Amino acid sequence: MLQVEELKTFVEGTTNYFEVAAQQPASIGSPYLTETPPAVHDYTGIISISGKREGVVYFTAPKAMLTVLLMKMQENDFSHETMRDLVGEVANTISGNARRDFGRDFVISVPSVLSGERPDLPQKPGARSFVIPINWRSHSAKLIVSLT
Amino acid sequence: MNAASGKVMADKKSYKLMIVDDSNIMRRRIERSNQFEELELVGTAANGIEALEIFRKMDPDVVTMDLTMPQMDGIECISQLVALKPAIRILVISALADKATAVEAMEKGANGFLNKPFTDRQLNEAIAELMR
Repeated sequence: MLQVEELKTFVEGTTNYFEVAAQQPASIGSPYLTETPPAVHDYTGIISISGKREGVVYFTAPKAMLTVLLMKMQENDFSHETMRDLVGEVANTISGNARRDFGRDFVISVPSVLSGERPDLPQKPGARSFVIPINWRSHSAKLIVSLT
Repeated sequence: MNAASGKVMADKKSYKLMIVDDSNIMRRRIERSNQFEELELVGTAANGIEALEIFRKMDPDVVTMDLTMPQMDGIECISQLVALKPAIRILVISALADKATAVEAMEKGANGFLNKPFTDRQLNEAIAELMR
């Protein structure tokens, strides 16, 4: 399972992403552990992890936040496909950056994306996840990390 | 002349650029951020297979290359591009932040490595270094 000290890698990766890509830092709430699949927002980017560790990393965010994030990136395409592209890219970037601490045997997949009302997150029975709350410009999102 | 790689950028008025990334947002971002008038965008690709197809048609001089992509990843694509055109200049732009990956990309023939996320300034500095 992800150790508390390893959470720091994902917290730092998240804050760095918003600070650099969105030019405005995000604030991180208190991470918490959950055994039930966490609730998700409108769009969720999913990265499967394999190699030395196994599991999943999700970035889930509401459409409103993604729209503002795209504007900050000087995008003017706010289509469904672009929203999906963005959550996948955010999840990919944070997961890929984690290799700085976890090493190259922390193998990340290409992103997959869920969208729509109440999508079901794939989660192994009994798996526990760390939920990292993200607050950015009055919007809330989550990074969810479930690793062996 | 790049002393490290022995490759020479010929004295040309313009260079052809290809952007390879599975994210449409990232491809547009790199295209928008490019400040070099001498870099002419000739194609974009979402994976290594598309990149090779565009390469055969457009013969780019400079490539920005993502690594984690479906169908054919960036490392394999770099190997094939360098085999086809040893003088090609490749800047890897990737979220993979471990040193071993950067070393592997350079050993396959990449000329530079830029981690995501990046600022416009960092991107243009990396491209400037690539074209030196």
